[in-house]
Amino acid sequence: MKTEKLKYERPAIRKMNTGLMNKFGTRTEYAPFTHIDGVSVKELINKYGSPCFVISERTIRKTYQNAVRAFKTRYPKVQFAWSYKTNYIDAVCNVFHQEGSWAEVVSIFEYTKAIENGVPGNKIIFNGPEKTKADLQIALENNSYIHVDHFDELYDLIELTQELKKTAKVAIRVNMDTGVYPMWDRFGFNYESGQAWNAINKIMASEYLEMVGLHCHIGTFMLDTNAYAIAAAKLSDLAVNIKYVFNKTIQYLDLGGGFPSANTLRGAYLPGPDMIPSIDEFAEVITNTILNYGYKKEDLPLLILETGRAMIDDAGYLLGSVIANKRLSDGRRATIMDFGVNILFTAFWYEHKITPAQEFSSHTEDMVLYGPLCMNIDVVRSSVTLPALNRGDHVVVHKVGAYNMTQWMQFIAMRPKVALIDTNGESHVIRENETVKTITEPERMPEHLKTFNL
Amino acid sequence: MKIHSNLAVSDSGFIFNPSNGDSFSTNAVGADIIRLLKSGKSLADIKKDISVKYEVEPTVFEKDYEDFISQLQDHFLVNND
Repeated sequence: MKTEKLKYERPAIRKMNTGLMNKFGTRTEYAPFTHIDGVSVKELINKYGSPCFVISERTIRKTYQNAVRAFKTRYPKVQFAWSYKTNYIDAVCNVFHQEGSWAEVVSIFEYTKAIENGVPGNKIIFNGPEKTKADLQIALENNSYIHVDHFDELYDLIELTQELKKTAKVAIRVNMDTGVYPMWDRFGFNYESGQAWNAINKIMASEYLEMVGLHCHIGTFMLDTNAYAIAAAKLSDLAVNIKYVFNKTIQYLDLGGGFPSANTLRGAYLPGPDMIPSIDEFAEVITNTILNYGYKKEDLPLLILETGRAMIDDAGYLLGSVIANKRLSDGRRATIMDFGVNILFTAFWYEHKITPAQEFSSHTEDMVLYGPLCMNIDVVRSSVTLPALNRGDHVVVHKVGAYNMTQWMQFIAMRPKVALIDTNGESHVIRENETVKTITEPERMPEHLKTFNL
Repeated sequence: MKIHSNLAVSDSGFIFNPSNGDSFSTNAVGADIIRLLKSGKSLADIKKDISVKYEVEPTVFEKDYEDFISQLQDHFLVNND
């Protein structure tokens, strides 16, 4: 009878320092993460290669429905608009559109994507500081909501609407002091200085501009719910004044995005899930502020939310493999993964949770996780306690759905496939991996550089 | 290279160095290597024993063995002679 051999784990030893602080933190991984929505991680890697991104449609829908419930049970008129910049892979956008989300875009590139996805023009919110006259004309013709960022854009829009004799539906982006610093004042018109009110006066005096909404986006990864109460109050103050001075009812208040996901920020004392307020807590302060502000029942504005990160981060996974193990000059273990900051851009600001995808022993090591790039800054985790990983072992990086698939870089390597697991547990490629041709196809070679002799 | 003969190694991989009071934990493969070194086995014998017991390529084990020995050196658990 042949005896089955034991599973091998790289030999490792660790000095025990009872009672001392450990700068690497405590061990966090107790069980391998072998399946995503019932689909084996190993199978996914065999099918789509390593590394690859995997998105759970089930998690997106569940997260979205929970956010909608949090707001709709507290306020009568709520509309979510999917923040394209957070993840604009068409299949991901369409999950949100199927759930009822409008599109919130910040460039003509994103605007075009939303139109091509089939979003009606009048359900697109056009934000962002760069809108050319040509961009504004497209938005105007499609009857989209144009959120004006600065006076130069406002004057362009006044000129354009006069030329075309067509009315634009506009809102202004308002920046304000919400008690969170540094203040985000580079976008929009300032509330405290009266700049926002000046812009409103200008819009109200324009023949072809209809002031329909007020918008703000007070920050990102906001951990203080009270900041949203202040923002909702300041927007409401403007809305009530517009009603009083111009007898014009503001149709909507757009509180933007900025709700955090459960990721752990670099340098944070506590893990993300222990720090962040729930979506219900944000909903509570925002809706309470608006409901108690003193609007007449018929003037109660639609509440628009452009939540991105909190909707999609949990649904994204990055699957990868160990390329090599080495030891640094100071004795620390270094593990080199086949993914780095090129595709996991958020490693710059998060301490991502990383779990081995196969069985491991109880022994752990303090290590640095590096990516595959030939760059010193390619550090996925500068200190993490993980089980001994063998070459070729797989790992799962959690909560990577937001910003990675839009901010990733094509540097040295090519970007991998993105797969989606649908609600029936079937997986689909939703973005093919890049090839050398993807990169070289737009390049052009001048005639005199076509040949050389070495 | 010789491992300190007075090291205490438990079945669960707990190691105690009585000469300075340091204690360590190691995984199953690490504990096996330390036991084999203590019994005076050569690298060739250790390789053979480990490859019989565990599912591992000899070249993979050789690399990991070298790395493990350097860790033992860092922790002053072996003498270089």
